[in-house]
Amino acid sequence: MGVQQNTAVSGKKSNLRKLRKTVLSKTTYRGILAVIIFFICWEASSRLHFPIVGEIPPPSSVLKAMQKIVGDAGFWKSWLVSFKRVFSGFIVAQIIGIPLGLLMGINRIFRELMFPGIEILRPIPPLAWVPTAVIFWPTAEMSMTFVTFLGAFFTVVLNIIGGARSIDVRYLRAAYSLGSRRRDIFFRIVLPATLPSIFVGMAVGMGITWEVVVAAEMIASRSGLGFLTWQSYVAGNYPVIVIGMISIGVAGFLSSSLIRLIGNFFTPWRKVI
Amino acid sequence: MVDNGRKASDIKAANTGSSTGEMNFLSVSKSYGVGPLSQPVLEDCSFTIERGKLTVLIGPSGCGKTTIINILAGYENPDSGSVTLDGSPVQGPGKDRLVVFQETALFPWMTTYQNVIYGLKVRKEMSRKELESRAMDLLIKVGLLEFKDKYPTQLSGGMQRRAELIRALINNPKVMMMDEPFRGLDAMTRELMQEYYVRLFEENRGTNLFVTSEIEEAIFLSDRLLIMSNRPAKIRKTIEVNLPRPREFHMLTSLEYLNYKREALEILHEEAMKAFASGSKIAAVDFLEAYSERQASSEN
Repeated sequence: MGVQQNTAVSGKKSNLRKLRKTVLSKTTYRGILAVIIFFICWEASSRLHFPIVGEIPPPSSVLKAMQKIVGDAGFWKSWLVSFKRVFSGFIVAQIIGIPLGLLMGINRIFRELMFPGIEILRPIPPLAWVPTAVIFWPTAEMSMTFVTFLGAFFTVVLNIIGGARSIDVRYLRAAYSLGSRRRDIFFRIVLPATLPSIFVGMAVGMGITWEVVVAAEMIASRSGLGFLTWQSYVAGNYPVIVIGMISIGVAGFLSSSLIRLIGNFFTPWRKVI
Repeated sequence: MVDNGRKASDIKAANTGSSTGEMNFLSVSKSYGVGPLSQPVLEDCSFTIERGKLTVLIGPSGCGKTTIINILAGYENPDSGSVTLDGSPVQGPGKDRLVVFQETALFPWMTTYQNVIYGLKVRKEMSRKELESRAMDLLIKVGLLEFKDKYPTQLSGGMQRRAELIRALINNPKVMMMDEPFRGLDAMTRELMQEYYVRLFEENRGTNLFVTSEIEEAIFLSDRLLIMSNRPAKIRKTIEVNLPRPREFHMLTSLEYLNYKREALEILHEEAMKAFASGSKIAAVDFLEAYSERQASSEN
């Protein structure tokens, strides 16, 4: 096409050109077209009273409800409440799960002791824990945090065990030959080698935590995005259901992206996940 | 300056040859598996790695060369027999015997520089300044200075091998062991690496053990060539390679080289045929390769 130029200035220009090319490419046009068609069909199916699909509140009414709700402080409070629950459960899961996972990954005796217990509890879906949690935790918030904790905990532990156990033995051998002692092996080899698995566990755990929080709120809470969604159904305010769903999706996406960004920062030697 | 002084004494030591690093492998046997599934890999295998020399171990693939390295390095223990370094028995891994593995074992989460200084850092044997200057010297020597802050995944295969070489060399090990380190590199890079490596050896004259399945590489590099048998492995023959140093690639056309090659190939051919007969597929492939080389060289 053109001759490759090597100066810094034209390097920047060509990057801009590349970006413009990607953004305005056929792929992007097709994507945008598909989304527009989707919205048109959605709106049309409602106006034309299609069976089943037509019952879903159309984009127009959702937009109207959105305009109203954005000014409502209660809406943003729901966001805050759900985020708080997600992050508190998530962080406790990391605080307990990461050391536990590492210990189980590197110490066989510990692993053999703990693994059966974990494997028995793991199949119980966090949501099934909700009634029990509500009974024995003193406050409603603590029971919510407990349930979100469970969502992230098992994922984190299992990912870390997998990561720690699959460290290439040659790294360990090289490290021992070079004169490492036990704490060098742990802090300089095992930990960095397991870091990617830790972040994978976090990213997946974050997604699970959101699923759990929303459902838990629907069942056992009077606040948060899940509660908002359910309440709108009960009250017959159907467009807000859709807003609730979109909000949950966006919130989950933002949380996972944050984890991914943090993960990439701490593991600069890897290609972007 | 202190640096220059150290370099001068290194060169002096290089010319007189290393005074340590002799390893004795005596009647070593090793099997994998238990009971009826037990597979002997080494049986009554004995040899000496002479100090200050480049010993090359050659044999068909899968014949136990890596096991020998693992035992010498202390990663595995022999079932019977003894392994000594300068008279004392080997007891596990240590910085006196360092290995460069077949596939890169550079720590991916550390930069080249951090990898190279790793040994010195964890053993805390010298000040940060000394450590830094030593690392820089070696990085410059192998041409990796610009890449010192890159991660291993950002380096080419040849660069990774060079980085691993100096990660080991910086610790002044008594014995350097290389387990088919140039396997998988393209032919040109491989030749370049062979030259790099042999120059490094000829400068340092430390005790080196080099494992390969490539006959040309083996003869080009070695002072002593140990030819291995098939499983269970023993040393079939030791050839003293008396080509002059420094080695040059044009020596590969000399008569002496061709004689050595013929000698070695005869035995390798025999061993490969045995492997072929006993159903070992990998060794059979080497047999075919070695056989076609033999045809080629006999036509010359």
